Amino acid sequence: MTTYLLNRLAIAVITLVLASMVVFAVLEIIPGDPARLMLGMNANADQVELLRNQMGLNAPLALRYLHWAGGLLSLDFGRSYTYSVPVIDLVRERVVVSLPLALIALALSTIIAIPVGLFSAGRHGRAGDTIATGAAQLGVAVPNFWFALMLIYLFAVWLRLVPAGGFPGWSAGVWPALKSLVLPAIALALPQAAILARVTRSALIEVLNEDYIRTARAKGLPYRAVLWRHALRNAMIPVLTILGLQFAFLLAGTIIIENVFYLPGLGRLVFQAITQRDLIVVESVVMLLVAAVIAVNLLVDLSYAVVDPRLRSRQ
Amino acid sequence: MSLLEIENLSLSIGDTPILRDVELFVAPGEVMGLVGESGSGKSITALTVMRLLPWSARATGRVVLDGIDILAASEDQMCALRGDDIGMVFQEPMTALNPVKTIGEQVAEGIRWHTKASRADAEDRARKMLDRVGLPSTKFPLSRYPHELSGGQRQRVVIAIACALKPKLLIADEPTTALDVVLQAQILDLLRDLVAENRMGLLLISHDLAVVTEMADRITILRHGEVMEAGDTARTLSEQLHPYTRQLAQASMHVPARARTHEVGQDTPLLQGAKPLLQVDSVTRDYPGRRPSLLKRAAPIRAVDDVSFSIDPGQSVALVGRSGCGKSTLARMILALDGPTSGTIRFRGEVITGKSEAELKPARRDMQVVFQDPYGSFDPRQKVEKLVAEPLHVLEKKPTNTERREMVAKVLHEVGLSPRDMDKYPHEFSGGQRQRLSIARAIITRPKLVVADEPVSALDVSIRAQILDLLAELNQKLGVAYLFITHDLTVARAITDQVMVMYDGRIVERGRTSEVLDHPQSEAAKALVAAAPDLHRAIARRLLEQG
Repeated sequence: MTTYLLNRLAIAVITLVLASMVVFAVLEIIPGDPARLMLGMNANADQVELLRNQMGLNAPLALRYLHWAGGLLSLDFGRSYTYSVPVIDLVRERVVVSLPLALIALALSTIIAIPVGLFSAGRHGRAGDTIATGAAQLGVAVPNFWFALMLIYLFAVWLRLVPAGGFPGWSAGVWPALKSLVLPAIALALPQAAILARVTRSALIEVLNEDYIRTARAKGLPYRAVLWRHALRNAMIPVLTILGLQFAFLLAGTIIIENVFYLPGLGRLVFQAITQRDLIVVESVVMLLVAAVIAVNLLVDLSYAVVDPRLRSRQ
Repeated sequence: MSLLEIENLSLSIGDTPILRDVELFVAPGEVMGLVGESGSGKSITALTVMRLLPWSARATGRVVLDGIDILAASEDQMCALRGDDIGMVFQEPMTALNPVKTIGEQVAEGIRWHTKASRADAEDRARKMLDRVGLPSTKFPLSRYPHELSGGQRQRVVIAIACALKPKLLIADEPTTALDVVLQAQILDLLRDLVAENRMGLLLISHDLAVVTEMADRITILRHGEVMEAGDTARTLSEQLHPYTRQLAQASMHVPARARTHEVGQDTPLLQGAKPLLQVDSVTRDYPGRRPSLLKRAAPIRAVDDVSFSIDPGQSVALVGRSGCGKSTLARMILALDGPTSGTIRFRGEVITGKSEAELKPARRDMQVVFQDPYGSFDPRQKVEKLVAEPLHVLEKKPTNTERREMVAKVLHEVGLSPRDMDKYPHEFSGGQRQRLSIARAIITRPKLVVADEPVSALDVSIRAQILDLLAELNQKLGVAYLFITHDLTVARAITDQVMVMYDGRIVERGRTSEVLDHPQSEAAKALVAAAPDLHRAIARRLLEQG
């Protein structure tokens, strides 16, 4: 188990270092001088050169990488070119919206998907399965912004239960803040749940054909008990893999939903930074996301080991 | 009164009839052997008693267990019966246990479910049951996972699950088919003891007549879903009144006619000028072991330990031993699919160890392989012509299309198939025919040596007899030498001149097949011979017991 853990940890660290090199290199290659960009078109060459020296842009490449990477470790991402504030402040503001949103959406998606998958697999090939699979198919096909619009119409405009958009901030209280995240989370969760339900169903159906399921039935366990006690845990590996991928997507891939609900999330921050060529912000957020994805993958790997004892004893 | 009564049982799955008017009785404390070839409906009969049939199966007739009508029982009633009054043991121990649950949980689960015992009580009973089946707590605590156990140990766990609540009826469906002969004998002994202790009825399903004869008081012979003959084991098999019974018995004991046998070997001096075809010199193969921790180096596991032997042209040699003794590793090295850690292997006088694939090409032409599983060794999407012609790419001169078709046609004819078969796909053939195809594929390059890894162990007895005949005939006609890797001594006896007994990576005994099998010297060989079921011996013993 320790070997497995250390192994995964080492892989995670190496991936993170390599990813940081790639991100750094890409921004080096992209044309455009940040100093000139900050000073505007009218600045003369001396001014630009002065700022370049100040910003350390004239130092050797390796040194600049180490400086940048060192900054990342101490959460010093540099200053935004357009906002002239530390990038970390920008990111902090947005993470408190994006992270809870992603977590709520993920939880919702899991809560919907696993029972649907169990239901479908337990009735494999019968009417209930066909209906559930059809609904999941629909969920995969319909884009989340359409769900978002329907939800706004139903719950915000018609029933007036929640606000249609915007985010009051956590300072306004936990409940109002949560209320404004409910609809976007549902809109995000539905298509994810549909995908996850399909994965759960097919993983379960595969497991249900295994010999040990027959052994469990021969013990006298009813079908439903076999499904819950023996099949589900064995079907978890593909489900966990998809969950890990979905979390990464939910954290930053939510730009459309953030726009629909007018939420100040990470997705919108990146989008704005890209359009304004605020490369230091892009760079920082990309690195943060890379780190988040790697961390989630590490968690997924560790959860494999929790689920499957065979992985614990293997190297 | 019988414990289990099956009368007029007919069953169909969809529109396909599987069983017709099956009749079978098991009395308490009695062992009933259910024998038949694959597809005869043995397993379906067992699953009917358990009511674990596929959805589309429809059964009619009468199946009564201890007064309870199984076919009419509700699913809840069946759940109460399964695991409590009827236990079942399956064929494949490697996959029969849930890999993510400990053996303790899996044995205790049924106990808790049926008796509503507390976790501690159930685990206590599970512990006693595991002790009883030969898995003592010192080496096999309840917290062990299935992957930490060997096949034989896992089968013991499955038996513990099935017998935990002392069922009235135990159904064992090919319980030892996947195990080597020594393990088979141990598991059969265990089953026999459990039956005697608890006065269980045992329905033992097997394709192996010798196993059933050793175990069963009475026997039912099934063919194409119909009972051919049923009765007292000893009488049924000694009198062999029914033609199908006779056919089965004869196929089980079949020895191919071999006109000349090759007696040159280690115990006789080599003939002048006759060079050995294959020469293995002090070959050793180590595998990296598991690291005890990150910082310590792992001790290597020695799979093959200083093995030397030779095979002459045209000689047929058996390599026998228990599973895990290193037979297959040795075979892979002979086929140059794996390199030895030390030692050399010479084929036709040339060293083949440490050579590149290009340098090996001429050697590959002269050595081919036949695998155990006729289902798994063909690409299902390719036609027979292409599959059988596969080894031709090692020929120096690539044959033209017409030449290739001619070669395939010829070789198909040689293995008893029709040249027309070359445009078919593998799934259109039966198991025996598929094994003929893999033999055709092996001999198309006219090799000097064929390594056959359990070539008949997946086949029914009558098919097995035919394939053994074919292999014997090719040995005579083409002068091809065989290295048979097998745990089945009947096969070794039927078709080889010499036998090598392997144990723990070493060859511990070698000699003429009949001599080694009749008068084994080493402990390993003695154990194998003692454990191997033998139909002659079993019938004789049964007759003696019953007067």
